Amino acid sequence: MKITQISVFLENKQGRLFDACSLLGSKDISIRALTIAESEDFGVLRIVVDKPSLAVEALKKAGFVATFTDIVAVEVPDEPGGLSRVLKVFCDNSVNVEYMYGFVERFSEKALLVFRFDDPDQAIKVLRENSINVIGKQEIENL
Amino acid sequence: MIWNKQYECLDREKLEKLQAERLAALVSYAGERSPFYKKKIAQHKVRAEDIKTIEDIKKLPFTTKDDLRDNYPFGIFSQPVTEINELHVSSGTTGNPTVVGYAESDLELWGEVMARALCCAGAETEDMIQIAYGYGLFTGGLGVHYGARKMGLTVIPASSGQTKRQLKLMQDFKPRILACTPSYALFMAETAKDLGLDPRKSNWQIGIFGAEPWSESMRRSIEEEWNIIATDIYGLSEIIGPGVAQECTYKQGLHIFSDVFFPEVIDPVTGKEQAEGKDGELVVTTLTKRGMPVIRYRTRDIVSITYQTCACGRTSPRISKVKGRTDDMIIVRGINVFPSQIEHVLLNLEETQPHYQLIVDRKESGLDDLEVQVEIKEEFFSDEVKQLRAITAKIQNEINSVLGLSARVRLVEPRSLARSEGKAKRVIDKRKK
Repeated sequence: MKITQISVFLENKQGRLFDACSLLGSKDISIRALTIAESEDFGVLRIVVDKPSLAVEALKKAGFVATFTDIVAVEVPDEPGGLSRVLKVFCDNSVNVEYMYGFVERFSEKALLVFRFDDPDQAIKVLRENSINVIGKQEIENL
Repeated sequence: MIWNKQYECLDREKLEKLQAERLAALVSYAGERSPFYKKKIAQHKVRAEDIKTIEDIKKLPFTTKDDLRDNYPFGIFSQPVTEINELHVSSGTTGNPTVVGYAESDLELWGEVMARALCCAGAETEDMIQIAYGYGLFTGGLGVHYGARKMGLTVIPASSGQTKRQLKLMQDFKPRILACTPSYALFMAETAKDLGLDPRKSNWQIGIFGAEPWSESMRRSIEEEWNIIATDIYGLSEIIGPGVAQECTYKQGLHIFSDVFFPEVIDPVTGKEQAEGKDGELVVTTLTKRGMPVIRYRTRDIVSITYQTCACGRTSPRISKVKGRTDDMIIVRGINVFPSQIEHVLLNLEETQPHYQLIVDRKESGLDDLEVQVEIKEEFFSDEVKQLRAITAKIQNEINSVLGLSARVRLVEPRSLARSEGKAKRVIDKRKK
């Protein structure tokens, strides 16, 4: 199952990250995971939130360029080797990873890995075949 | 020395009579042969017989850069292109360059006026000259070259760039004259110092600097850095290239060779003649060109003019250094840039809006730097940095190929560039004057 991530274009100008995040906070939107890909002149802010449609609407209204991106969220035991086990599955099945990031869940011993794939459907199929837990929209929103 | 005393020291009355004769002949010639002028002169209902004195030039229509653009590539020419011996280009205001053509006699004229210019600056026939203006489609390098050849100077056709080599040539060959853009002269001074050389001990004694605007304080810097006499040369491709006007060693204005390039200074709004000494737009008529003569060409350069005889003895009128432009053209590293060229590129690319800003600055080294800020279109925003980089590179390549110089492109958020009622302020020029 694909999850919605929000990607936001941020100019490399003082306060832009603050502006985006404080806006979300003011709309009672909770950020589950966050990462920034940077370049000299700009950054791409990637966030997984509990209310993605509301978030994108608010960001666009405030003048940000924001889009939805399909990602796949995988839950693994939070222990050494947790990530590499998943990555081996991808290597063995020629699944290409565009980018990923991870974070630790609050009330369990699990870690959440967020992946962007060239071919998410193929990746989900491969993960399921290897009994790796792919989590869905509802579960992300309830984290 | 004065290259051509006969014409350069001609008394005013005889000069005006000569100009009137040449102008009448020009109206006949271009009116008959140039598809563009045939129509324009007929529309204005003026004939060669109506030109009795040089004041009658006011009866003739102006020619603008847009006319050249609308008649791209050869529609302005007075000769079929098969009879043209050389073509050059300079920046256009949109996607196409401005094209100029030279008949054999025009090339000789170019050599003649550039020889006059070199002598104005103080060149002697035994001198060696290092020409560090670009050779090629740009008129700078070849124009100075033809004048130097006409004078019989020893020419080093160095063209621009390869700064270490320029300095080595200067040290080893010992040319007395340097011709290049003023900002390049300053850049070479920085490089020389970085290499442990003392620019004040250089062989260059006379500089012929132009192709971009430069202030008196910049002149003082160049003269101090290099221990050189820094003179100003003026020209534009549409008239001939370098060699339209040149400062003599008294540096009291640039002598414009009015027996062949007739100058007027007008109020750019009304088109009426401006009083002597008052700022206005320079308009030039090429009295003797055969390939691509132009009548009352609006240069968009703002100058003032004086007809007082100069201490050097030349009677040609003198124009001031260029004080500004009537349009928004800027010059970056010696190349003309029209903001509208950028707009043209952005309108033709699906990834961009035509909302942009040009930031021009001069680096410490002395070289001009151009940054083009472009608003990204929302539907082309990609989550992946490499896609955004690819879009940036695509825009950059397009802009570079249209401008003829490399500019950095920077993507900015939509609606972040200031909008304004009427004309948007497209250019932020941070260079000190």
